[in-house]
Amino acid sequence: MITKEEVQHIAALARLSITKKEEGKFRQDLSAILDYVEKLKKVDVSETKETSRSISIKNIMRADEVSKFEKKLIDGHLKVKSILR
Amino acid sequence: MILTELTISQAHQGLKKKEFSATELCRAYFNNIESTNKEIFAFLALREDRALSEAKKADDLIACAQDFPILTGIPIAVKDNILVEGTKCTAASKMLENYVAPYDATVVKKLKKQGAVILGKTNLDEFAMGSSTENSWFGPTRNPNDLTRVPGGSSGGSAASVAGKMALAALGSDTGGSIRLPASFCGVVGLKPTYGAVSRFGLMAFASSLDQIGPITKTVEDAKIVFEVIKGKDKMDSTSVESQFPINNFQFSIKDLRIGVPKEYFVKGIDPEVEKIIGAAIKKYGEVGAEIIEVSLPHTEYALPAYYIINPSEASANLARYDGIRYGYSEVQNPKSKIQNLLDVYMETRGKGFGAEVRRRIMLGTYALSSGYYEAYYKRAQKVRTKVIEDFNNAFKKVDLIFTPTSPVLPFKIGEKIDDPLAMYLVDVYTVSINLAGLPALSVPCSGAGKLPVGLQIIGKPFEENKIFEAGKICEY
Repeated sequence: MITKEEVQHIAALARLSITKKEEGKFRQDLSAILDYVEKLKKVDVSETKETSRSISIKNIMRADEVSKFEKKLIDGHLKVKSILR
Repeated sequence: MILTELTISQAHQGLKKKEFSATELCRAYFNNIESTNKEIFAFLALREDRALSEAKKADDLIACAQDFPILTGIPIAVKDNILVEGTKCTAASKMLENYVAPYDATVVKKLKKQGAVILGKTNLDEFAMGSSTENSWFGPTRNPNDLTRVPGGSSGGSAASVAGKMALAALGSDTGGSIRLPASFCGVVGLKPTYGAVSRFGLMAFASSLDQIGPITKTVEDAKIVFEVIKGKDKMDSTSVESQFPINNFQFSIKDLRIGVPKEYFVKGIDPEVEKIIGAAIKKYGEVGAEIIEVSLPHTEYALPAYYIINPSEASANLARYDGIRYGYSEVQNPKSKIQNLLDVYMETRGKGFGAEVRRRIMLGTYALSSGYYEAYYKRAQKVRTKVIEDFNNAFKKVDLIFTPTSPVLPFKIGEKIDDPLAMYLVDVYTVSINLAGLPALSVPCSGAGKLPVGLQIIGKPFEENKIFEAGKICEY
C-alpha cells in the first residue's frame, strides 16, 4: 500500500490540493490499481522496444499562422487578456 | 411516416423527393428531445435556434439544387469535448462549465460544410474519463433501454441521443472504448476509426496516442456515411493521414472472409448471456460462408494494465493546461478563496475544478511518470504495448477481421461500480487493446439479445474500415 506521504508527494507534483479525507481514499484506490498493474512485470520485455504511438510519422510541419485575432493587432502585437493583476 | 425513425440515406431520399423539409426533420428531433431528454439526460446543451437556422439554410439549398451532399439537413449531436464555435464546450467538468468554444473542430467544420444540422452537445464522463457517463459534473445519462442502467461511457450522451431518437447520428470520441462501449450498451452502432484516420483538431486532448473521433449511428450504413465525411488528413492535426483504401466499390465477398476469434476473449469474467449471443452471431457468419478461425492474442490480459498506465500518464500531461490561468474555472475568481500565491492558484483550482476520477487519473499518471517509477511503470507499459501490437500483426497474417464481444458484461445499474474504480476499468477489457494498437473497430448490435443490447466488436487492419462496414452489415440482417 502506498503511504500517506507518497500520496501527498504525488499531489504536490500534480498540483492538486487534496483534503485529509481524500488522502485515505487515494491511498486505497491508487494501491488497488497499482497492485493490478503489477501483472505487467510478468511479461518478458527484455528484447522489446517501446511504442509511443501506433503509426510511424515524423516531423510533420505547417506554417504557424495567427488566424483569429488580427483585428486586435496593436503595433504588430497581439492583445490578449491580462493574466497578472 | 415518423421522421425520427429514418436512417440517414432514407432521410436524404425524403429530403430529395421533398416529402418533408429539413426544418420539419429538425423540429421532429427537438420534439423528441423535449419529451425524452429530461429523463435520459443525453444533452448538456441544445442549440435550437442555431439548429433551426441551419435547417432553414439546408432547405434553401435543397429547393434550388438537383443534388446536395448526403448530410445536408441531417440532425447530428456532438459530444461535449468536441468544439462547436460559439457553443459551450464543458467536457462535463466544473473546470469548463462556462467555456465557450472559440472555433469549430475540423470534424464539425466538415459536417457543417455538408449542411448538417448540429442539434446540441451531449453528456460524457468528465474529460471522457469513465465507462458509464456517471462521472459527469452535471449528472449521469440514463440508458434508453432501461432507465435504471448506465448507457456506457464515456460517449454515453451521444449513444443515448441516437438510441433515444433524439438525434439521427452523433459524434463521440474513443480513447479506450468510449464510442464502442456506449454503442454496445445502448444498442446502436459505433465506430472507432484507425488512429490517424480522423482529425482531432478541436477535440479536447485526453490521451493523445489513443484518442480518435468517430460516429455513433442507427445503422452500419449510417456510420459509413458519417465516417466518409469526417475522415482525411488535416494540416491542423499532424497525426492525421490520408487512407489509401477505397470505402466504396472494392472487392468484398463473404465467402473469402476469414474471421478470427481470439480464444483469450472467452475466458473467466464474461457474462454467459453475452457469450451466448456473441457465439450465435459469429456462427451466423460461418453459415453464410465466412471461414471462422480461432486465433490467439497471448498478451490480452496485459493490455488493460498497460492501458491504465499509458492513459493516465498522457492524461496527467494533457490536463496540466487547466491551471486556473488559461482556461475555465479559477480560484482567482472565488471571493472566499484563501489563495496566497500562484502555486495556491494551481493547487486550489485543480483540486476544486476536477472531479474524483479525473484527479485519480492525474495522480496515477503523475506517479507513473515520476522520477524513480518511470522505468518500472510507463516505459514497461509502452513495451507491453509493442507486444499487444505484435499479437494483432500475427493474428492478421491469418485472418481479415477479428470478432469479439464489445463488453464482457451487460449494461450495469447506475451506481453499481462508481465507488470501485478498478471494477469500472475492467469493463474496458475488450476495447482498450484496439486503441493501444491504433486499429479500427466497430460495435454493432446483435440480434437475439433480450431487453438489454449486446454489441459485437469487429476489429480490422489499419485503414480497412471498408471491410469492417461490409461485414458489420451482415450482423444487422
